[in-house]
Amino acid sequence: MATQAQFRICPDTGLKVHLPAQALIKANAVAAVVFLAIGGLFGLSVALTRWPAVHLLPAEWFYLALTAHGADVLLFWIIFFEMAVLYFASAILLGSRLAAPKMGWLAFILMLVGAVTANIAVLQGESSVMFTSYVPMKAAPHFYLGLILFAVGALIGVFVFFGTLIVAKDERTYEGSIPLVTFGALTAAIIAVFTIACGAIILVPTFLWSIGIISHIDPLTYKVVWWGMGHSSQQINVSAHVAVWYAIAAIVLGAKPLSEKVSRTAFFFYILFLQLASAHHLLVEPGISSEWKIFNTSYAMYLAVLGSMIHGLTVPGSIEAAQRRKGYTNGIFEWLRKAPWGNPAFAGMFLSLVMFGFLGGITGVILGTEQLNMLMHNTLYVPGHFHGTVVAGTTLAFMAMTYLVVPLIFRRELVLPRLAQWQPYLFGIGAAGISLFMMGAGTLGVARRHWDITFTDARLSFDVPAGAFLMMGLNGICAILAALGGLAYVVVVVGSILFGKRKDAPAPAARPATPPMASPIASYGGEGTLKLPGTMVLVSVFFVAFVLYYYVNWKYLASVWPLR
Amino acid sequence: MAIHPPKQMIWWHEPVERSELVWIAVAFLWGLVMFGTMVAWHFVGKQNLSNEAYRITPDVFQARTEAAAEKYKVREEGNTGIPVVRPPPGGDAYMLARLWEWWPILELEKGQSYRLHISSLDWQHGFSLQPTNVNLQIHPGYEMVLTVTPDAAGQFTVVCNEFCGIGHHTMIGRIYVVDKK
Amino acid sequence: MSESAREEPKHGGEPRPPVMQRILDNPFLLLFLGVTIPTVFYVLWAVMELTQIPIAK
Repeated sequence: MATQAQFRICPDTGLKVHLPAQALIKANAVAAVVFLAIGGLFGLSVALTRWPAVHLLPAEWFYLALTAHGADVLLFWIIFFEMAVLYFASAILLGSRLAAPKMGWLAFILMLVGAVTANIAVLQGESSVMFTSYVPMKAAPHFYLGLILFAVGALIGVFVFFGTLIVAKDERTYEGSIPLVTFGALTAAIIAVFTIACGAIILVPTFLWSIGIISHIDPLTYKVVWWGMGHSSQQINVSAHVAVWYAIAAIVLGAKPLSEKVSRTAFFFYILFLQLASAHHLLVEPGISSEWKIFNTSYAMYLAVLGSMIHGLTVPGSIEAAQRRKGYTNGIFEWLRKAPWGNPAFAGMFLSLVMFGFLGGITGVILGTEQLNMLMHNTLYVPGHFHGTVVAGTTLAFMAMTYLVVPLIFRRELVLPRLAQWQPYLFGIGAAGISLFMMGAGTLGVARRHWDITFTDARLSFDVPAGAFLMMGLNGICAILAALGGLAYVVVVVGSILFGKRKDAPAPAARPATPPMASPIASYGGEGTLKLPGTMVLVSVFFVAFVLYYYVNWKYLASVWPLR
Repeated sequence: MAIHPPKQMIWWHEPVERSELVWIAVAFLWGLVMFGTMVAWHFVGKQNLSNEAYRITPDVFQARTEAAAEKYKVREEGNTGIPVVRPPPGGDAYMLARLWEWWPILELEKGQSYRLHISSLDWQHGFSLQPTNVNLQIHPGYEMVLTVTPDAAGQFTVVCNEFCGIGHHTMIGRIYVVDKK
Repeated sequence: MSESAREEPKHGGEPRPPVMQRILDNPFLLLFLGVTIPTVFYVLWAVMELTQIPIAK
């Protein structure tokens, strides 16, 4: 049983902070940033290689760097950070002790050992199999082993989260339902269980196959189950970063959910249907029926998309409501113009919201349409799409969250505040460009994971459209911008943790437990007289863009070779 | 706030703003429209995969492709030694993927339909037909069969767009589409 | 985590929450649903179809 000595009261938010949980949050956040820095560097080298005028790396190094880039940022950075989010959303937001901190440390160590092992395997050069490691292409055994250790660690961390929910409820550290942000984290944790289970089911036999115990792994079955992990892990991100959006809006602006019911139902749709979208990767495979493809790829009739579109309204809506309550009521957009754009947490969060919707969200639905997928499968359109979701969406949201974690958890003030202020814009513009220009190149037919679009060494010749070279060059430039933004982030965060001015020692528990920046006016965020015209304009623009782009692609499809 | 438990013990009964309800309805209906579009395209559209597939060993598929190539070979491509194969219109066309080539080169007639059989002899490959941009995933051990009807004459390139090792970026194939003689 | 603790009126007069709220307040029910649905519709359905792919004639 936790003693009071294990807690401090946060003087800024009034939250009761369990110190062992705080230590785990710190460790996971630091590991996350380290892997972001490593993976980001690999990513930059990949983009510079794909810029034909630069063509930085030789082929072997390119495929090696691409494999490392995928694993380091798509798995290690994101999941370490998500562990921090889970511990924060459970122990800290519920004012509870963390269940089994020792298991939390075991999880952390397993994840760290796994991530380092996988990186070593890749750097040794025998495991350039890409993040997806499709069989029968074979990596070194310790590549799979590293991923398995990482996954097991993550699963333990997820169960510490569930355990904390039980502890908090049993010890009655809160009244009623868990906070919305915790509910979003719960959504992420549930998806994580399915994700990690799929990973274990497929990676353990693949590991045994790599050391010769199993003779054959069926490539189609591998692909089905692997994507249960590979795509669902990105759905953990979606749930986690939506939770982070709500958290930042609440902490920075005092925003309240427009409606608990609507926002939670939207998360409920995620829990039920989001993972089905792993089917997005199997739409042009032989031997799987169109019924399976249509049902799964559409998340059971687009109910998870409905969830996302609801968050797309309720997140900016809650911000608009909070701003209007503060008196920014002129016209349609005064609330947005006068939002705290100089606060990197808010700026990063809002850019993440807009870019996730417009770049990642719309294109994800297009890619995930059974027949339209044929136009884009395995072209650069695919990485273009997921750099819109995972980089412009998740990574930017997590970076924004860090600007709150540093003062609240590390108790340090940000160093170089001007740099921090510009960081989300620099990184956001870079990420948006990467996403757009890769999608442009993909629309022109450029393959993903491809070292040489001039086909110099090939027996036959092929000239890709000239526009593709322009796209790849612009992509390279944007990658440099994003890398600078990433560097700025690492400098600010590491600098602040090491050299930032210490914030005052934890205040005694006598401080009022209510957060000073929240002054509830109405009992429901959007209830009563509050109208949200600005948000309605934003979502209308989004909807029109969505519908138009959707049917443009059908028109494009109708122009290719008839086939059945 | 979203970081605190809901103010009401029972929040399920709380009122929902009208504009929120409108948006939810619009988003739900749009989802149904998109779902319906996918289904409808199977009836009105000309680009749908049949998903027809068979289990096949690489040896058998290679033998069939080589037999077809020998039977219908019309010439060799330049000095590459790669046969150009012209299967009969309406008949079966075979193309195999292996490290790192698409083999053989096919010559098809515009406006005619062919049953195109594709499989891989080793790893996974990506069949990316350019510049028309049709992309399919090719697995070893599985034969994908699709009926294609080229609707424009010209030279088409098959690029591999699934990573398949160090020679991946040299893996190119070709399909000629010619007007009917 | 006993369900009965949840249903007890908190301050004497609080009525029991409606069923949807009780579902959303139950993390382990949600965990069950969130793992079962994709396992059945995504994994098992696909694996069933893969096993039925015929051998080439």
